[in-house]
Amino acid sequence: MEVREKVRKFLGRFFRKHVIADDEDIFNLGFVNSLFAMQLVMFVEKEFNVIMGNDDLDFDNFKSIDKIVELIESKM
Amino acid sequence: MNLALDEKYEDFRDEVKKFSKEYIYPYAKEADKNQHLPSQIIESLSSKGYICPIMPSKYGGQGFDNVENVILNEEIGGACSSTRSLMTVNGMFGLGILKWGTELQKEKYLYDIAAGKKIGAFALSEPNVGSDAKSINTTATESDDYYILNGHKKWITMAQIADCFIVFANCEGDKNAAFIVDRDAEGLTVEPINNLLGCRASMIGELIFDNCKIPKSSLLGKIGFGIAQVALTCLDYGRFSIACGCVGIAQSCLDESVKYSKERIQFSQPIKDNQLIQKKITEMVVNIKASRLLCLNAAVLKDNCEPDSIMETWNAKYFASTKLKNIVADAVQIHGANGISEEYNVERYYRDSIINEIIEGSTQVHEILISRNILNN
Repeated sequence: MEVREKVRKFLGRFFRKHVIADDEDIFNLGFVNSLFAMQLVMFVEKEFNVIMGNDDLDFDNFKSIDKIVELIESKM
Repeated sequence: MNLALDEKYEDFRDEVKKFSKEYIYPYAKEADKNQHLPSQIIESLSSKGYICPIMPSKYGGQGFDNVENVILNEEIGGACSSTRSLMTVNGMFGLGILKWGTELQKEKYLYDIAAGKKIGAFALSEPNVGSDAKSINTTATESDDYYILNGHKKWITMAQIADCFIVFANCEGDKNAAFIVDRDAEGLTVEPINNLLGCRASMIGELIFDNCKIPKSSLLGKIGFGIAQVALTCLDYGRFSIACGCVGIAQSCLDESVKYSKERIQFSQPIKDNQLIQKKITEMVVNIKASRLLCLNAAVLKDNCEPDSIMETWNAKYFASTKLKNIVADAVQIHGANGISEEYNVERYYRDSIINEIIEGSTQVHEILISRNILNN
């Protein structure tokens, strides 16, 4: 499964009633909380075997499927 | 599917149980009475690498996995909750820096934390802020090469002896951030809080920051991510450690209740022969097994870096701490009048158990989050 599909599948667990467009700002959907943020970082680290450091901690890096994929691919 | 633990974990449990019996248990009652952890406990934990179990060998730690962490927190927590508290907060400090610290911060603190040469603590709560962590009032203001901290932290476990703290404050307005603050920082005063109900040797205290000046290099993580990343990483570990500690207290209650009910003779027979006692023992046995399995489930998920480990840790802590409440009450009841005497341990277990339903997320906050996680999905 490609990176984008894996990210979409993971986010689908939290946004079940909403089909997220690749460039849609997930923070504007109103479902996001601290628990989700932590789970998202864990998911990215485990699934793609990358480490998220302080420099990656930027809401902009996680705000959409496009941005998350961009971040992951920059570290792979 | 195999739910049985590998032999290496059984061997590890035997090793920790022996250690706890020899080096922790004999001092626990006195520590509770004196409201102070004796230095030999800290030295013993340090010599075995138990004082910060998660610290990797790169920084001089043992790098125990989370199943070993269950065993450590359970066996040591079963002997002395305050000692387990020390391991909890020192681990929270170590993990926060391990995960979010700069290389310089790691070099400065992690070797000493792993070796027990420094004790770390975690300072989030304030006099008016507990569960609602994002409402903290402590501030950090930039001034040349420094941050100036002002505010008041309360209920800080091990504050009385900690050498360094992870402190949360608002920066640049309402953006929260984490900072590493050494005990000897100019403008920091530590006041002890004594005579609490339980975990009385946890040496809890207050931190008062009065224009406390810390170098800019003390910032841990990024501004705006103090609570969402640093605090939650630390609290997740703390919650896990406490859940396992609850299993340990519960097991000690069971062990001592079994022993007592075999020895205590009433109406010419041991009280264990009464079916009402047998019912209490049964409830204890089954709830301890269920609590332990929830902790082990969270541990395996953590070792696999599964995002679900976070919610499973909430579930484990909720179940273990709420079931413990019944178990300690039954243990005291089985002991009768002896159960409320300091000659027996169960009164201490009873007092300590209450604390576990308050710290690292109260039972009621767990109920909100666990139900919301299901209802919102």
